[in-house]
Amino acid sequence: MKKRVQTIILKRQPKIIGSYSIVGPKEGQGNFGAYFDYVMKNDCFGEDTFEKAERKMMESALTGVIQKAKLSPKDIDIMIGGDLLNQIISSSYAARAFEFPFIGVYGACSTMAESMAVASVLVDGGYCENVVCCTGSHFSTAERQYRFPLELGNQRPPTSQWTVTGAGSSIISLNGEGPRVTSVTFGKVVDWGVNDVNDMGAAMAPAARDTMLNHFKNTKTKPEDYDLIITGDLGKLGSEILIDLMDEEGITLGVNYGDCGQMYYRREQKTLCGGSGAGCCATVFNSYIMKKLKEGQYKKVLFMPTGALLSTTSSQQGETVPAVCHAVVIEA
Amino acid sequence: MEDAKRNEQYNRYVSAKIPKTKWWPSLFNSFLVGGVICLIGQGIDDLIMLAFPEISQQSSWAYTLIILIFIASLLTGIGVYDQIGKFAGGGSIVPITGFSNSITSPSIEFKSEGIVYGICVKMFTIAGPVIVFGIVSSVAVGFIYWIISLF
Repeated sequence: MKKRVQTIILKRQPKIIGSYSIVGPKEGQGNFGAYFDYVMKNDCFGEDTFEKAERKMMESALTGVIQKAKLSPKDIDIMIGGDLLNQIISSSYAARAFEFPFIGVYGACSTMAESMAVASVLVDGGYCENVVCCTGSHFSTAERQYRFPLELGNQRPPTSQWTVTGAGSSIISLNGEGPRVTSVTFGKVVDWGVNDVNDMGAAMAPAARDTMLNHFKNTKTKPEDYDLIITGDLGKLGSEILIDLMDEEGITLGVNYGDCGQMYYRREQKTLCGGSGAGCCATVFNSYIMKKLKEGQYKKVLFMPTGALLSTTSSQQGETVPAVCHAVVIEA
Repeated sequence: MEDAKRNEQYNRYVSAKIPKTKWWPSLFNSFLVGGVICLIGQGIDDLIMLAFPEISQQSSWAYTLIILIFIASLLTGIGVYDQIGKFAGGGSIVPITGFSNSITSPSIEFKSEGIVYGICVKMFTIAGPVIVFGIVSSVAVGFIYWIISLF
């Protein structure tokens, strides 16, 4: 029987030679505030619609990372990216401003890892030299697409999460210096029958479990082999569920496990279960985690954000929420 | 079959784990704010009756509603009503001010899609069902009233 390739061990180990993060003012006041490259003064970013602001944010993330890696747009072979808006318009419109080819991907909030995984494989195979990955999300655009108008006087359920306004980008390359991507695991779509759209953590935790189990099995590693295992936006509830689910499998996630969404905001910022969105893990990875990898505090990081693959149509028709989780291993 | 059983089990586990809304404090906030809104309405009504003693109670009620709707709409526009709503929940949704908020907020939000397809179409996305059920039930009540009046 053919063995399925779910985990790819990268032979040449492409490097992350640049990373950049840009966030909104609320995110700037959060726990990772000091690590971001740029904090916007307001959510509009000088544009007249929030959609344009999201686009501009992604454009700045692209320009920023190319400058930080001391490259020019001419050096970039391909851009891979995505966002949360219908037909991933923010990424496509951001890519319009540049001359390089664009591969649009969608993995909801897991898009950053998905982009990085595809980019690493392209670079590792020797087909590309420099690939830029960029994803982002905006609270106000996501809110109006998935939920209610901003000014509506409703209460958010205690399981809900706050979409991060922010964009993150990294350049994956064969040349230069930086942390190395050593293996990637592509996730399966997992659905355990959760249909509460306000409880994404519970819907996504089984996907994280599946990818994590497969990754550990395929790479013959244990949680203790990593300095940091970090999921994207399971939030407070979802990460607790994941710990329970892994416990049932006999794997204990200890102090080296964390969740970007859960840690994103301060308690007094009232985001209930924490941050979410494609920009959530993208900005944390490209600021805090990259910095700690470069400083040598982390030697080996398992970055595995999850994404809930629903749409407003599917949820209105009463469908359950499928989810996916992609894993990328980065070593200093 | 195995999957269905696992899903059911998982959903049971999740619903036991999710944080619950605290009933008593939220009910208290709701009734407090809802009561205050009614008090303001009564105050406006009394003032109108005091200032214009010649108008009927019926028209005074109508003016009160118009004023309440205007205030809620204004508070929505300057970004205050959603703050009240976060605190009060149902207390600021159920009164007519909540209805006003549910029409004004999408109008502001979808201004960027133009007057016809943005504001006019999206204006009723939240209030639409309320209007439909309001009209349908008033037709039903009117019909029953008519039948009773025959005897």
